[in-house]
Amino acid sequence: MSYRDANGQAPYTVASHTFPARNANSRLSQRLTQCREAGRAALIGYLPAGFPDLETSIQAAIELGKNGADIIELGVPYSDPVMDGPVIQQATGVALENGFRLSQIFEAVRRITEATDAVVVVMTYWNPVLAYGVERFAADLAAAGGSGIITPDLVPDEASDWFEASEKHGLDRIFLAALSSSPERLRMVSEASSGFVYAVSVMGVTGARSSVSDAAQRLVADLKESGAPYACVGLGVSNRSHVEEIGAYADGVIVGTALVKALQTGGVQAVAELTRELAGRAEPTAGE
Amino acid sequence: MSDNLATAFLEGSSLKNAPGPYFGQYGGRWMPESLIAAMDELERTFNEAKNDPEFLAEFRRLSLEYSNRPSLLTECTRLSEETGVRIFLKREDLNHTGSHKINNVIGQALLAKRMGKTRLIAETGAGQHGVATATAAALFGMECVIYMGEEDTERQALNVARMQLLGAKVIAVQNGSRTLKDAINEALRDWVSNVDNTHYLLGTAAGAHPFPAMVRFFHDAIGTEARAQIQDMTGRLPDGVAACVGGGSNAIGIFHAFLDDQDVKIYGFEAGGDGVDTGRHAATITLGRPGVLHGAMTYLMQDEDGQTIESHSISAGLDYPGVGPEHSYLSDIGRVSYQPVTDTEAMDALRLLCRTEGIIPAIESSHALAGALRICREWVAEDPEAAREKIMVVCLSGRGDKDMETALKWFGLGKAIPSSTLMTGNKEAAAESETN
Repeated sequence: MSYRDANGQAPYTVASHTFPARNANSRLSQRLTQCREAGRAALIGYLPAGFPDLETSIQAAIELGKNGADIIELGVPYSDPVMDGPVIQQATGVALENGFRLSQIFEAVRRITEATDAVVVVMTYWNPVLAYGVERFAADLAAAGGSGIITPDLVPDEASDWFEASEKHGLDRIFLAALSSSPERLRMVSEASSGFVYAVSVMGVTGARSSVSDAAQRLVADLKESGAPYACVGLGVSNRSHVEEIGAYADGVIVGTALVKALQTGGVQAVAELTRELAGRAEPTAGE
Repeated sequence: MSDNLATAFLEGSSLKNAPGPYFGQYGGRWMPESLIAAMDELERTFNEAKNDPEFLAEFRRLSLEYSNRPSLLTECTRLSEETGVRIFLKREDLNHTGSHKINNVIGQALLAKRMGKTRLIAETGAGQHGVATATAAALFGMECVIYMGEEDTERQALNVARMQLLGAKVIAVQNGSRTLKDAINEALRDWVSNVDNTHYLLGTAAGAHPFPAMVRFFHDAIGTEARAQIQDMTGRLPDGVAACVGGGSNAIGIFHAFLDDQDVKIYGFEAGGDGVDTGRHAATITLGRPGVLHGAMTYLMQDEDGQTIESHSISAGLDYPGVGPEHSYLSDIGRVSYQPVTDTEAMDALRLLCRTEGIIPAIESSHALAGALRICREWVAEDPEAAREKIMVVCLSGRGDKDMETALKWFGLGKAIPSSTLMTGNKEAAAESETN
């Protein structure tokens, strides 16, 4: 394993802010640019792969894409999801109990990408990627048509292998920014990210909340000032009014727990309906 | 000994006081961004505090007047006679709250106070760290919430009651395997949400920087005292030092003082559970692979997909699928030998110490003793005469009161001899009852 070289030095260092160049023409960047040009925020929907089983999770994600999500965030179930609240913990736990295997994430990405024009990114805790091999994971994700990885427990400080692999395979790096992040760290996260920066809008774990913190607006403004390519807001978004409120200042609005709840209670159809509501589509668009 | 290590000794470079964040390729901060600011604040505060004479004086005063330091070093005369090697115990079991845990808890509670935090949260497995944290919270007048796996609250109900009596709120964690690792996950979630007023008082030398180096610092007295005591008592350094390793806080505490003593062999004993070939164990370094869990790159029990594998041990305090990153490093460079000890070996050693020395050790500490006895037997097999002059120091990290329920079941104890059987002169029944 070579997380650092013999002197403990990472090839990309936070101190010198030397990060790989961004690809402004990545599918993810292009989609965010299209949304901005259309005068709206991108709708980003999260669902875990393998919940309740692999096939249903793929069908649900396809419905998500067909009913208005611009970007699909496909979660990798993990045994120790410290950033997730009870709803997503429960769902990913079921996925693991039902036999989810890491290699299935690539099949899911490929089939969702083929069936919808939504851009698919993977959200994963880092140990599964380490176990699979960072380079190998990046290669297989790119081959499956995935656009990048959201890394809830990987900060740029530890991401030297991921910088190399993402650059080599043209994948986007979506790091998180928090309300507690210092100005220096916001700058680092902004410079290290490509595609967008995931702005965590409340201090806490995932879970639908009745109102989204005002502080999110401030965080988005700070990120833009720090040079973030795009800033999207997540954690706590559950209905259309949240989407509109956040969409007024953020480049993208991320919905997770509410979609997982919908899948849990009403199946694939409920995901389609909630997505239409979130996207502000009264009726499904003809032809989709 | 690896070539690197031999070179390090030759060149006189020290393994002591490794500051982190990295220990070789291990350690670091594999954490959500939401917690980085808190880790930075903690690191800053710790670095200031450890150079602040007032802070150190207060830590020392509480260690002496409250925790009962220094702890004794006891020579085990009868056990030594039976084993053929001189065995000494570092008596952390005599500390207030019954284990080494209080050292780190007092240190971190002082840091929490220095940072203006008013709420302490902690994870606990066996309950020892939870009790110690609840104790410090009471001492400092802080709010306290302890996360404990639901399964552990059931097997350690007495410790739940102790924490509650001390004023702490105990949350039974129902996620995942419902044991220590899930308690840590839940504590981390609490911390992410309440980081403004809350300090997460991690109980072991694992996790993200600065926890491993900081927890080692607060436990350093274990080894520093032991090293001075053994020289006072025997006029020389020991041949071996042994400790049990779950996350590895008592181990790094006693190892640290001896790391640069080239002739002192150091042994860490992991929980071998039912046996390392059964899959039911917690022998992380012996059988794990490097990965990240709870904020650090370290040896880890994980499957092919990087999912954490549930650990198993009769000892709740060693029942953890990760290990402190400095131990991973000390293993790789060959400075410390890490070996598994099964439930059975540990329980045999527990009973042996009770019978030969009148000391009831915690099951965790019994792993250290069992492993040390194994090494002693090897020494005796090599050269009985030389072995008789050899010295082994074992860290007795905690006392066994909390483990009576387990011991009762394991040995089938608890049934007294009815006096009527004695009245009829039934010596056989009496004898049978006694040897249980």
